[in-house]
Amino acid sequence: MSKQQRPEPDQLDPVQMANQRAKGRRPVFFDDPAVERVLSIAMSIAGELSVARERIDTLERLLEQRGILSAADIEAYQPDAAVQEARNVWGRDYIARVLRIVDQDVQAMAGAPEPSLDEVAAELGTPGSDHGTH
Amino acid sequence: MSKSAVPQPSWRQVGKHAVFPQATHDEIARFDFLTRLNLHLSQSVLPGVKLAYESRVKPAFCAEHGRAPTDRHEVRKAMQKDLHYQFWSALRRNTMEQRQQAGRSVVFRQLGALRAIADAINEGAPTLKLDPSISSPRYATAVDIHCMPGCYHTETVERDIAAGANYDAGLFVTTAGALGSYSDGGGQAVVDWLSKNKPGWSPKRILDIGCTIGHNIVPLAQAFPEAEVIAIDTATPMLRYAHARARSLGVNNIEFRQANGEGLPWADGEFDLVTTAMFWHETSTAAMPRIMKEVHRVLSPGGLTLHLEQPQYQGMEPFEAFMRDWDTYNNNEPFWTRMHEADLDSLITKSGFPAGSYFETTMQAKVDRTLFPAAGGTEGGKLEDYGRSPRWTAFGAAKPGVAA
Repeated sequence: MSKQQRPEPDQLDPVQMANQRAKGRRPVFFDDPAVERVLSIAMSIAGELSVARERIDTLERLLEQRGILSAADIEAYQPDAAVQEARNVWGRDYIARVLRIVDQDVQAMAGAPEPSLDEVAAELGTPGSDHGTH
Repeated sequence: MSKSAVPQPSWRQVGKHAVFPQATHDEIARFDFLTRLNLHLSQSVLPGVKLAYESRVKPAFCAEHGRAPTDRHEVRKAMQKDLHYQFWSALRRNTMEQRQQAGRSVVFRQLGALRAIADAINEGAPTLKLDPSISSPRYATAVDIHCMPGCYHTETVERDIAAGANYDAGLFVTTAGALGSYSDGGGQAVVDWLSKNKPGWSPKRILDIGCTIGHNIVPLAQAFPEAEVIAIDTATPMLRYAHARARSLGVNNIEFRQANGEGLPWADGEFDLVTTAMFWHETSTAAMPRIMKEVHRVLSPGGLTLHLEQPQYQGMEPFEAFMRDWDTYNNNEPFWTRMHEADLDSLITKSGFPAGSYFETTMQAKVDRTLFPAAGGTEGGKLEDYGRSPRWTAFGAAKPGVAA
């Protein structure tokens, strides 16, 4: 097989790269896989809420320290086009993060069928089955 | 205001070096959330798993079979139907995936800059030896180990280091800082053990197999600055990152070399000390004896081999073995279950060490006082989190003879 030239780092989409699934069939813990998805999404939202809460906390503490802003200033704020674009870029990353598990299920469906971890364990546990190269 | 239940260091305190990824305010907040979530899972949700077993799963099993479960597989089959176990497992798996996503989102947005720093350190360095004839063995590529997308070996860009950077950034999150600010608690524990058990001994040549980012071999290289240390791995993104990491930490006596433990490229008797850390459970039944025979072969007379691992299952209560087995099925560690039932004494003996040379001890990560200033208390290291706790079984053997 001829070696293909790999892309440069700036040609990669960091959002897509971050959401890459791990190879290996994913276990399902609940009787209904939908519950799994919803829990995963809820935990991502919980995480992002925590991140946002911390940022707001940082801002409020700095603003208060410096005597710069009041709550009314925040209410009156209007974003311009550039700010709106920055918010859109952030928002795409945000939604991909929250819906990662749906993305990864699609990646699994698009890829070759995977053996169960039991099957991989059995293969690795059998002497002489190893295809490793030195 | 109430204090946090368990002292939790912030990712802001993680040990930095030249190739360590930079994180923004929000990325740090995300890592800290995941660290807190890991602590909450082990401290508040995990105890419920044992309660569920004792209070309802085991009694139901006993009622049905007229006896208690006799092995971890019976416990697992019974527990899989328990809602609390399902919930804990789903959360633990998902938190690992979130941690991977968080690490990769930090690394890939700055990969060009990180690679440039690594390139500047690595280019032409005689202490980084990559070998295109070496590829990662099947056991390192069959699945992405511990849910790390692309595993250790995947190269997306030329001269890739992303897998190393992601691994380094996230270790602190998964272990809640219990391995120390440089995640090197395992290596430090080995140094500590050597100073107590082999005082005055100064190995001249040290080999570390499966070094990944070199976090556990750096403390040994620092403890034995006169020693020539060689750290091998099959995965190039790890070796490139590990080399740049060690150099930028001022550690210059480690050569990072691409090599496979199943066929070491050295003559007999060249090393006084051969180590691994959390390595064997990521190999295979076929590879284990091949690697240990090589370890024996390259050890010098009077040399020592020492391996950090999680405890073996022999003699363990079925419930604890079941909990420790979780990673096999749920965290892409397919060989974990077989490795932990292997007879390590026999592995050592069949590799050429004399009968009776096998020894086993326990080690624990020293608490990093830069992260946990209070003496005593309940550092993350003291929490039970099975395979994630910074406590190990160390095993090994000495090769007979007198050092040259």
